[in-house]
Amino acid sequence: MGEVREIAGSEAGFATTKLDALLNWARKWSLFQYPFVTACCGMEFMSLNGPRYDGLARFGAEAPRFSPRQADLLWVVGTISQKQAPALKRIYEQMCDPKYVVAFGTCASCGGFYDNYTTVPGIDKVIPVDVYIPGCPPRPEAVIDALNLLQDKIQRGDKTPGIVKPREDLVERQLVQLQKSPKELEYGPQRRSVEPPVLLGTPIKPEGER
Amino acid sequence: MSAVIVERVKAHFGGAVVETTSFRGDETIVVTPAAYYDVAKFLRDDAACDMSMFIDITAVDYPSRDARFELVLSLYSLHKGHRIRLKTRLFEAEEGEPADAAKPTTVPTVSTIWAAANWFEREVWDMFGLKFEGHPDLRRLLLYEEFQGHPLRKDYPADKTQPLIPYRQGPDVLGKQLPFLGDEGMPFGRKDWAQRDAAWADDAMGDPSDAPPPDGTAPTPVP
Repeated sequence: MGEVREIAGSEAGFATTKLDALLNWARKWSLFQYPFVTACCGMEFMSLNGPRYDGLARFGAEAPRFSPRQADLLWVVGTISQKQAPALKRIYEQMCDPKYVVAFGTCASCGGFYDNYTTVPGIDKVIPVDVYIPGCPPRPEAVIDALNLLQDKIQRGDKTPGIVKPREDLVERQLVQLQKSPKELEYGPQRRSVEPPVLLGTPIKPEGER
Repeated sequence: MSAVIVERVKAHFGGAVVETTSFRGDETIVVTPAAYYDVAKFLRDDAACDMSMFIDITAVDYPSRDARFELVLSLYSLHKGHRIRLKTRLFEAEEGEPADAAKPTTVPTVSTIWAAANWFEREVWDMFGLKFEGHPDLRRLLLYEEFQGHPLRKDYPADKTQPLIPYRQGPDVLGKQLPFLGDEGMPFGRKDWAQRDAAWADDAMGDPSDAPPPDGTAPTPVP
């Protein structure tokens, strides 16, 4: 809560903030989710909720509510067929405001490779989406990123949709930057197209050089 | 092993057998539509055939053939452990034309022989539009009643969709944004539609399905 100001010198202690900021703060840490799980991404959703990642409970979205009237975060996990689309729209309409939608996986985001008579090419053709998670299926880290992104959006009151970007492998980038190929050490920079200077591990130095 | 069945069917329905093929021990019998039901019933009731288990019924669309559809019935004998594939060739039913005995378009249902065939025949009706006489409940199985046409026919456009509810077009819910369209939904995010349209005008080889909607409902670009 960026808006909170603590006022020193008071025995009771209090803080001031804006009402919206307080409400959004409360909302983003108490999301009640409705999982609309239709396809294979559901397995990834289960592993996300398992003990290894524990990806939703740690961010205040632990409790699923299998009634849309008690939920405010709709997870659309998997392919939505044309026959299912009215059911999905109805589920969405039954949820109370403020409500948020996450498109989990490529099929929910844009239809994936299903370009035919069966599949809705992205659930945003039917209901508005707040966060898209690409991936077939997405990694649990991507879903955690999506939840954090959604929380940021809720806090800011931002209603534009967001897409989870792939995480950069900082470790690998560091390796590329720090380590050079033996040729490069000897002759200076080489053209990348000839030999990519990517080495995993420490360059071997001749005996006695250290 | 299954060759015995072929011989028995040939002996009983000599004139009705159009052809038989064998591929690595898989025997196939092609019969006329008129004899299809009798052959199927014979395959189940005959002691030497004993085809007690219905495996599958499906169809294939050969647009270049006169008899456009081939109905494929797969059977298995639980006691004898052998299999047989029974095929029959059907013509496309023309709307409004009287039934032509020389061009059969339907066969009797085999769900009276194997109850399991019920939903499979519904699926064949759904996907290929082949009707089964005497079927107890010939409705679409996988698709919805509003669907026009039969999608597994070769002349059904591969990318044609028939949405049950209209797609979102305008700003509707709480100012939330419009859906992705066309080639969007990719990791590179939203394109500038003005740029895209200009590129489309330049590129005559592009995909016509990427053209903007004619009613000017293209969403405003997002910076």
